[in-house]
Amino acid sequence: MGKPKIAVWKFASCDGCQLSMLDLEDELLEIADHVEIAYFLEASRAVVKGPYDISLVEGSVSTPEEVERIRRVRRMSKYLITIGACATAGGIQALRNFRNVREFMSIVYAKPEYIDTLEKSTPISHHVKVDFELRGCPINKYQLLEVLNAFLNGRKPNIPSYSVCMECKMRGNVCVMVAKGIPCLGPVTQAGCGAICPSYQRGCYGCFGPKETPNTGSLSDWWMRLGVPREDVVRAFRGFNAYAEEFRKEGERLGE
Amino acid sequence: MGKLNIGDKVILSPQGLQQLIKTLWEEGYTVIGPRLGDGAIVYGEVRSIEDLPEGWGDEQEAGRYRLRRRGDKALFGYNLGPDSWKRFLHPPRILLWKAEKTPKGFRITHNGHEAPRYAFLGVRACELHAIRIQDKVFLQGRYKDPIYMSRRANTLIITVNCTEAGRTCFCASMGTGPKAHEGFDISLTEVTGDEHYFLAEVGSERGSEILERIEYRAAARDEVSEAEERVSRAAESMGRSLQTEGLKELLYQNYEHPRWDEVAERCLTCGNCTLVCPTCFCTTVEEVTSLDGGSSERWRVWDSCFSLQFSYIHGGSVRASPKSRYRQWLTHKLATWQDQFGEIGCVGCGRCITWCPVGIDITEEVKAIRENAVKKV
Ligand code: SF4
Ligand code: SF4
Ligand code: SF4
Ligand code: SF4
Repeated sequence: MGKPKIAVWKFASCDGCQLSMLDLEDELLEIADHVEIAYFLEASRAVVKGPYDISLVEGSVSTPEEVERIRRVRRMSKYLITIGACATAGGIQALRNFRNVREFMSIVYAKPEYIDTLEKSTPISHHVKVDFELRGCPINKYQLLEVLNAFLNGRKPNIPSYSVCMECKMRGNVCVMVAKGIPCLGPVTQAGCGAICPSYQRGCYGCFGPKETPNTGSLSDWWMRLGVPREDVVRAFRGFNAYAEEFRKEGERLGE
Repeated sequence: MGKLNIGDKVILSPQGLQQLIKTLWEEGYTVIGPRLGDGAIVYGEVRSIEDLPEGWGDEQEAGRYRLRRRGDKALFGYNLGPDSWKRFLHPPRILLWKAEKTPKGFRITHNGHEAPRYAFLGVRACELHAIRIQDKVFLQGRYKDPIYMSRRANTLIITVNCTEAGRTCFCASMGTGPKAHEGFDISLTEVTGDEHYFLAEVGSERGSEILERIEYRAAARDEVSEAEERVSRAAESMGRSLQTEGLKELLYQNYEHPRWDEVAERCLTCGNCTLVCPTCFCTTVEEVTSLDGGSSERWRVWDSCFSLQFSYIHGGSVRASPKSRYRQWLTHKLATWQDQFGEIGCVGCGRCITWCPVGIDITEEVKAIRENAVKKV
């Protein structure tokens, strides 16, 4: 059996997640020993034709062309893994989903007629079947390594869907919300970053999107008790994962 | 001075405490004790009394903790922070073993554990009780946990009795504090005021050997009574209480109480309460393979009954609803623990109340169920 072929695809995104992969440096050499990186334009112009064993997809679907392209990628791939908040939730560009995109176009672009865009920026899973979603804005490179490793070895990835609080406590942080009154999204956000922000005395921004069974309403109530104005709570949920279902609904509920 | 016996009481000055810490390090112990962390008292390495949080206290309420200046020079004038000693005896993440693939199967390449030699300085009575509860969990019965066992056997315990109780404390009603009666090597009670001293009580042979190597003096009768007086004042200033009578039956008969739905409206299922709890012991295992699948490591990682993976079996999680997860936590601590280990699994330290991000209070929940029980017990 030859080495498994991996392809890395870009849709509407900032390339940050692909950079996390390049950032693996030492591990990347080892990965290259075990897989054939067949398509990765961010790293090399050399391209090997499909089909591919694993496709990693970065970015959201935001143009008619991308709707077609993701279907082609799906057809060429045994496993399709989406990486990052754009691919898993629509990304920061999904903020337009809450407004009229035509209006933006007329304000931002001198010649809006050249722009071919969809009304909404949507996650890959809205268009094709996805085998695994790796969260984060950007993703955690070690989690990416873990997912690749798990797929190559046919085992379950160790990617918990519980809260950031779990990582925060295991790391030995003092809770910034309890000890300092700093609003933190950690209790409704999925683990994965290693609780970076609370480790530096900041509240969590929700980069990894909603955790399993998030109780967003209860957390919003508590934030308001801490003195956060309602519109700022809405803003907190309207971040990189604004269009993730539970965050979107909470933003809408509070915005009403 | 002569030989010290178990039960003997002597006086240490702050300088004596300094010598005690130094002696412990010389004896090969890593001394862990209270330190000023980022916004709270945490446990870490203590190399001298300078590392202790002199003059710091705290204010606690459900979901709220604030450090405060006490205005005196107390070294142990704080109530519990988010850390507990379980971080050291039962670490959040630990390698169980490594294995390598062989032509016929696999070969274990690592399963030894180097247990550190800890001296815990500043263990509170409720915390000592929590350690003894975890002793039962890990060491009782047929399958003993070798990691916990070796760490625990190496550990020297110096308790410091509480002379003030926190707003979220309820050890008095659980019968676990504020004074440590047994199970320590040395027990201290701090007295501040015109003279700053520690009343030290010898709890074990090991404790007396250490104390004999440092400077102490005989305790006068009024010094002993002053220290005892302060500890009993702590018992009277307890912020909360929990009525334990008939608790197991009460909870068993009220599995469908409407209060569970109400608390589930607020509960974030974040897991903080279980991780700060000094008796919660649950873990999961993670298998980490090398990329080529030729070798593998098995890690043990803290888990919580608030996660979905905790009760996942083929087809889904048994406790899918937040309500069932909160109910599991509370009833395990207070009721099923009794069937499992013969005692209540809560020592009344109050950590789960203070460190719950939305201030859910285990004593309030029990009260609400009791007031409106299906069947009063
Ligand atoms: S700081 Fe944030 S993530 Fe950490 S325990 Fe507190 S609420 Fe959770
Ligand atoms: S249940 Fe709460 S009060 Fe009881 S021991 Fe655990 S953390 Fe402390
Ligand atoms: S309350 Fe939950 S986490 Fe704690 S010991 Fe029980 S089952 Fe485990
Ligand atoms: S009771 Fe509080 S700390 Fe525990 S899981 Fe619920 S919200 Fe989190």
